Amino acid sequence: MAGKAQVDPPGGYEAAANAQRLHRNWLLSLPAIVLLLIGASGPLLIVLVYSFLHPGDYGGVIWKPTLDAWFKIFFSVDIFDETVHLADAHLSIFWRSVKLSLLTTLITFGFGFPTAYFIATRPKSQRAAWLFLITIPFWTNLLIRTFAIMEVIRNEGIINTWAIRLGLIDQPIQMLYTEGAVLLGMAYVYLPLMVLPLYAAIDRFDFHLLEAGYDLYASRWQVFRRIVLPLVSPGIVAGSILVFVPSLGAYVTPRVLGGGKKMMIGNFIELQFGQGQNWPLGASLSMLLLIVVAVALLVYVRTISRDRADA
Amino acid sequence: MPETGPHTPATARRRADFSVQKMPGFAAIAIACFVILYAPIITLVIYSFNAGQSVALWQGFSVKWYYIALENRAVQEAALRSLIIAASASAISSVVATMAAIGTTRTGAFKGRTAIYLLINQPLMVPEIVTAVALLIFFASIKVATGYGGLGYLIVAHAAFCVPFAYLPIRARLEGMDATLELAAADLYATPWLAFRRITLPLLAPGIAAGAMLAFVISLDDVIITEFVKSAGQDTLPTYMLGQLRRAITPEVNAISTALLALTLVLLSVFFVLTRARESRSD
Amino acid sequence: MQIRKMALAGAALLALATSANAEGELNIYNWGNYTSPELIKKFEETYNVKVTITDYDSNTTALTKIEAGGHGFDIVVPSANYVPIFVDKGLLMESRPDQMENFKNVSARWRDVPWDPGRHFTVPWQWGSTGMAVNKTAYAGDPNTSAIFLDPPAELVGKVNVVPEMNDIMGLAIMYFGGEPCTEDKAVLKKVRDQLMAAKPKWLSIGYGTTDKLSNNEMMASVNWNGSTFRARLANPNVVYGYPKEGYVMWMDSVAILKDAKNVENAKLFMNFIMDPENAAMISAFARYANGIDGSEAFMPEDMKTAPEINVPAEFADKGKFLPTCSPAARELYTAIWTELQK
Repeated sequence: MAGKAQVDPPGGYEAAANAQRLHRNWLLSLPAIVLLLIGASGPLLIVLVYSFLHPGDYGGVIWKPTLDAWFKIFFSVDIFDETVHLADAHLSIFWRSVKLSLLTTLITFGFGFPTAYFIATRPKSQRAAWLFLITIPFWTNLLIRTFAIMEVIRNEGIINTWAIRLGLIDQPIQMLYTEGAVLLGMAYVYLPLMVLPLYAAIDRFDFHLLEAGYDLYASRWQVFRRIVLPLVSPGIVAGSILVFVPSLGAYVTPRVLGGGKKMMIGNFIELQFGQGQNWPLGASLSMLLLIVVAVALLVYVRTISRDRADA
Repeated sequence: MPETGPHTPATARRRADFSVQKMPGFAAIAIACFVILYAPIITLVIYSFNAGQSVALWQGFSVKWYYIALENRAVQEAALRSLIIAASASAISSVVATMAAIGTTRTGAFKGRTAIYLLINQPLMVPEIVTAVALLIFFASIKVATGYGGLGYLIVAHAAFCVPFAYLPIRARLEGMDATLELAAADLYATPWLAFRRITLPLLAPGIAAGAMLAFVISLDDVIITEFVKSAGQDTLPTYMLGQLRRAITPEVNAISTALLALTLVLLSVFFVLTRARESRSD
Repeated sequence: MQIRKMALAGAALLALATSANAEGELNIYNWGNYTSPELIKKFEETYNVKVTITDYDSNTTALTKIEAGGHGFDIVVPSANYVPIFVDKGLLMESRPDQMENFKNVSARWRDVPWDPGRHFTVPWQWGSTGMAVNKTAYAGDPNTSAIFLDPPAELVGKVNVVPEMNDIMGLAIMYFGGEPCTEDKAVLKKVRDQLMAAKPKWLSIGYGTTDKLSNNEMMASVNWNGSTFRARLANPNVVYGYPKEGYVMWMDSVAILKDAKNVENAKLFMNFIMDPENAAMISAFARYANGIDGSEAFMPEDMKTAPEINVPAEFADKGKFLPTCSPAARELYTAIWTELQK
């Protein structure tokens, strides 16, 4: 399919062309690389170094190497009987983050795909307006938006008040401070991150392929699954990455909507750099997260491109 | 958004046989999506007219928070600063992301491509607080060394973490985009730059627009990195609000947000009407 | 086109931002929503100085940023238990406010404090307590006990909030079991841990935003600051403030000049300025906490003069304790308990 179109010059010159291509591609990527090295990844080396140092007394680090921070991710010394055991608190925080992030990705996809599809099938002149409609809610501040969601779902909020008034329920349903509320909040926050890449992919989709499908008596579901989904998979990959990875580090939503009784990795790492003042532990946790996500990303992208090559 | 592709008969026909595109239930879900998206926003707007101190307890109608916000220089400057940073970061990141996307997509494997891909996505992979602390330490030493303490640091930091948000939609658009048109252009002796400007860029436009919009809202929302990188007098709207979080958030920020929304809607409508006019003229 | 315009706007703002640090300026780094705009306006007009306020949200953020350097701030307002850390790290200037003209107005009680003996570095900004806020329609019993959150009465189960301030919560819980804040005594800490773990399922949430949620009955009780409870009571008369008799936490935020301040003279003017009773009253009128300046009561809003949240009743006056600066070892123990609590 159109998945892997390549612009290879005719043989013979291949080696020279390859070198030229390498040169061109690096040159094109250079501004992004420089920007990221200055503004994100480069300074992160500091954090990597910190993860191998002793914590300073009140934040910061003492320049003495140790593997302590890495050890402490996985094992904790019981503060009372001083036995060493697996750090189950850390594991449960990690697991909760992964679970909620996966669910968030699924929910945003469930809502985001039809929405992106809907926008991409509007008349051309309207599409920009629909796209803007998706992003406009995000022009308001994240905190104030989260507070507004709280206002909708709290016990005396809009949903409960109206449900009681209409006689659907007698008692308000506790929606706030549940994992459901966290999911709702995260799905809300990350929805545009799913919709926009999906839209970009669906928009260039050639709908004549659908006609062909229907001509061959495929059902709508078959058409969707066999034609639409594979062809827009780059958009799905992009959207899932943009939703899944940042939700792993989510901070505000679990705090405000989840009631803060259960931490996610983002909160836990923040605790180490904040009130806990154990920077090396915060650093080693972040580096671990970085490694896990990078490996997952590589595997994911490799699998996807192999699938597509097979198809 | 500018016209995204050449008007071909295919586009016209695509519009005519609308039912082929239709997927059952999709429109309903999309509408539900918009309702869910806007329900909290409407609440937010309503509370901007609250007479009381609270964003959660209705105490009657009043426009006093608009007056308060109008008189509060700090909050206005913060809002303006947010917009300037977001616009700059979005512009920078979408330009570099477009270039990088062209350099890393549809070219076949080349040495270091995976490394570039991971580097570009790196800002997604660690929680903000980590980048924030790293940037604080790095930028502080530059600030001390150079004595420059302006908005540049915030713009660079924002542009950097916006890159993956701009890059991925552009890449998604580019991947599998038909290369024959560019080849055809090359066959017709178009220079690479001309081919890019007249063929690739227009085809890529929806992806770039999506990426730029994402980058814009991501920058607009950023709290923690901004909190750590900002110098004296560089509060943005989110950091201004973060400072209020421990005490109480007043409807003042609702008022500012509502004003911002209204402004956006007005600009959007004007833009929409203008595009319409241009389109009908070119038809 | 668009991009060029944006770049221009950006460049213009850059120029604007760098033009800071001219003469007649003062850069204050303070807690968010904590600085009275009227006070600043008056200071600007009196001394012809342009004041810029920048916000922070926690002591650790302020400490981290200032320690990193290059921040451009002149004044910071750390809490009592952070002042010694700032001083030890050499971040504060010994500005000798005790020799300033208006120092005579500082209450005797706040002139020689453990975190800044003799007040060589800091002047009082505001002080208050961390206690219990209870909605008396939900629970009519005695609010003056930490049992409100450590052993919630049946009426309050599932309705109590705890603010996510590790040091305050640990301090309250330790005093509940008769220990000293910042203790490393494992016997006490074990009781604290077990009690917190047992109480947690009975809590509604661990979060901020208490003023609003107490006002609108979203929560019926909370560990809370006195000024916040005061404001909640003004909106919802059923809210009362309790001073735990087992011991409650006191805090004071103090104004200090930074060692690398660029506008030292203006900063000193500001220090002296806020020790004036009329000006100190403006601080309190805005943020709703007491200020530590004698004679400022006369200028305070009526509702604050008699508020039991601001004026500690005599019977509880000696039950409050300032949190000292905990040792790193104590903090490590507390962080472990705090993590287990939220795992």
